[in-house]
Amino acid sequence: MTDIDPESVQDLHITSPWREMTTMFLRNYAAVAGLVLLLAIMAFVFIGPLIHPVDPFEMVWAPFTLPMQEGFVLGTDYLGRDILAAMMQGGQVSMAIGLAAALVSVIIGVSVGAFAGYYGGVIEEILMRFTEFFQVLPTLLFSMVIVALFGASLLTVTLAIGVVSWTAVARVTRSEFLRIREMEYVAAARSGSARDLYLIFKVILPNALPPIVVQANLMVGSAILFEAALSFLGLSDPNVMSWGQVIGSNRPYILDAGFAVAIPGFAIFLTVLAISLVGDGLNDALNPKLRQR
Amino acid sequence: MSLGQILVKRIGYGLVLLVAVVVLNFTLITIAPGDVADSIAGDMGGADASVLAEIRTRYGLDQPFFVQLWRYVSSVAVLDLGYSYFYNAPVTELILQRLPATLLLVFSSQILAIALGTLLGVMAARRPNSFVNLCVTFLSLFGFAAPVFWTGILLIILFVSVYPIFPVGGMMSASLIEAGFFTQAVNIAYHLILPTVTLSSIYLALYSRLTRASMQEVLGSDYVRTARAKGLAENKVFYKHALKNSLGPLVTVAGLQFSAVMSGAVVVEAVFNWPGLGTLALQSILARDTPTIMGILFFSSLVVIVVNIITDLVLRTIDPRIKAD
Repeated sequence: MTDIDPESVQDLHITSPWREMTTMFLRNYAAVAGLVLLLAIMAFVFIGPLIHPVDPFEMVWAPFTLPMQEGFVLGTDYLGRDILAAMMQGGQVSMAIGLAAALVSVIIGVSVGAFAGYYGGVIEEILMRFTEFFQVLPTLLFSMVIVALFGASLLTVTLAIGVVSWTAVARVTRSEFLRIREMEYVAAARSGSARDLYLIFKVILPNALPPIVVQANLMVGSAILFEAALSFLGLSDPNVMSWGQVIGSNRPYILDAGFAVAIPGFAIFLTVLAISLVGDGLNDALNPKLRQR
Repeated sequence: MSLGQILVKRIGYGLVLLVAVVVLNFTLITIAPGDVADSIAGDMGGADASVLAEIRTRYGLDQPFFVQLWRYVSSVAVLDLGYSYFYNAPVTELILQRLPATLLLVFSSQILAIALGTLLGVMAARRPNSFVNLCVTFLSLFGFAAPVFWTGILLIILFVSVYPIFPVGGMMSASLIEAGFFTQAVNIAYHLILPTVTLSSIYLALYSRLTRASMQEVLGSDYVRTARAKGLAENKVFYKHALKNSLGPLVTVAGLQFSAVMSGAVVVEAVFNWPGLGTLALQSILARDTPTIMGILFFSSLVVIVVNIITDLVLRTIDPRIKAD
C-alpha cells in the first residue's frame, strides 16, 4: 500500500452541483453570448424608460418619421408616437406575458405529466389522451377563439397562450416520472409510508426538474412569439403597450412604413434568440449525460 | 393487426377526438359572455327583454345545455355547421371555398421545407466543418426565434418595395378571372412563392437540424460501415442507405408539427392577404361571427387528424420495424 500524500487530500474538495453547472454553462460561448444579450435587453427594457421617459401612447411628432430623423432614434408610428419609448415600456409587458404564460403552461403540463407518469394505468391513459387532444387543436386558432370570446385583456391573452402550449411540458414530465418512479430512493421513501402527493412533489419532482427547466425556458420564448402573433392579428389588449401592440397597430401600413413593424419584430427575434441560446446552455449544464447522445 | 385494421382503429379514434373538439367548441361558446341573441339584438340596434327572449326561443337557446349540445353535435355530424349571418351563407360552404387555398399554402410550404431541409441536413452531416453545416446551425436558430410575420414583412419590404418582382398579396391577379386554367395556375403559383417561403422558413430550420442529427446517428451504425466496407459509392451510402433510415424521425416530427403549421398559416395568410381559412378566421373573429369561427376550428382539427393518420401510415410503410400496437 502506498502512503497517502496529505497534500493531495486537501486538493480533493468536492464541487457543489451549482458550481459544476455554472462551470459547464460558462464553457458554452453561445450560451454566455445569449445571457449577455438577454441582460442587455432587460437593461434596455427596465432601465431604458428611466433615461427616456416618454409616454408611448402620446403623439409626439408627425406620423411615420423615419428612424434617426428629427431626434427619434427608432422613428414614430402611424399616430406619431415614439417607437423607442414603446419598445422600452412595451418590452416589459411582452416579457411579463411570456413569463406568466410559460408559468401557466408549466403548472398545467407538470401536473398532467406528473400524475400520468406517477400513477400509470387508466389515469395515465386518460391524461395522455387529453394531452393528445390538445395537440390536435391548432394552437393559434384556438387561442384566437379564447381571446375573441372572452375579450382581449392581459389576463385572457396570458391564459389563452398557457392553455394551448403545455403539451410538450406534460410529455417531458411524464417520461421523467416514468423513469424516476422506478428508482430505489423512491421505493425507499415509499417503504417509509410516504403519501402519493409527498412522493410526487417532494421526492420525484425535484429530481425530474432539469429537463423541465430547459423546456420551461423554451416556453418563455415561444410564449413571447405567440403573444406577438396574436397582437399582429389584432388580438391584444389595446390599452397596454407591448411589442406585439406596436406590430398589430402598425400592420395596415406595412408597405408605407415597414420599419414600424420590422423593429419590434427584430426585438422579439433577439429576445427569443437569446432565450434559446441560454436554453441550449442550460440543457448542456443540467443534463450533461444527454449531451453524449 | 393488418394495415386495414390499424386504419379503422385510427379513424375511430380520430372521430372520438373530433367529437371532443366539437364539445369543447360548444362549451366555450356557452360559457363565454354574450350569446347569439345578444349579437343579433346588437345588429338590430338594441332590443328589449321580450324580443331577446323570443330570439332565444327561436334558436333554442332557452333549452338546457345538454339538449343544445346534442343538437349542435348531431348537426355537425352531417357537416351542418350552422349559418353565418355576417357572410350570409352556410358555414360549411364558406369553409369549403377557403380550405383549398390554405391546403395549397400548407402543403407547398411543407414540401419545400422537407425537400430542402433534408438536402441541407444530409449535406451538413456529410461535411461537419463545411459552410453548409454552419448555415444549418444559424438557420435553426433563426427559424425558432424569428416571428413568422416578421420574416414575411422583411420579404415584402425586400421583394415588393425595394425589388418589385413579386405581388404584394392575394392569390390571383383580378384581371385573370376570365383567363384559362393554365394562365390562372401560373399566376397562383407566382402569388404562392413568398407566402410559401415565409411559412416554410420555420420548418426548414427544424427539418434540416433534425435530418442532420439523425443522419449523424445513422452514419455511426454498423450497417453503414458494412455498406462502405463492401465498396459502395459514398453517394449511394448516403442517399440510399443512411437517408432512408433517418427519414423516420423527420416524418414523425412533420406529422406532430402539423397543427402548428396550420397555426403558422393563419399568420402568413394575414401577412400576404392569402384568401384561406386563416383570413376567414380573422375576419369572422373581428365580426364576432361565432358559427364560422367554430366551423373553422372544427375543420382545421379535422385536417390535423387526417394528416396524423396519414403520417402514421407513411411511418409504417417506410419503417417495417414499427409493429402494430
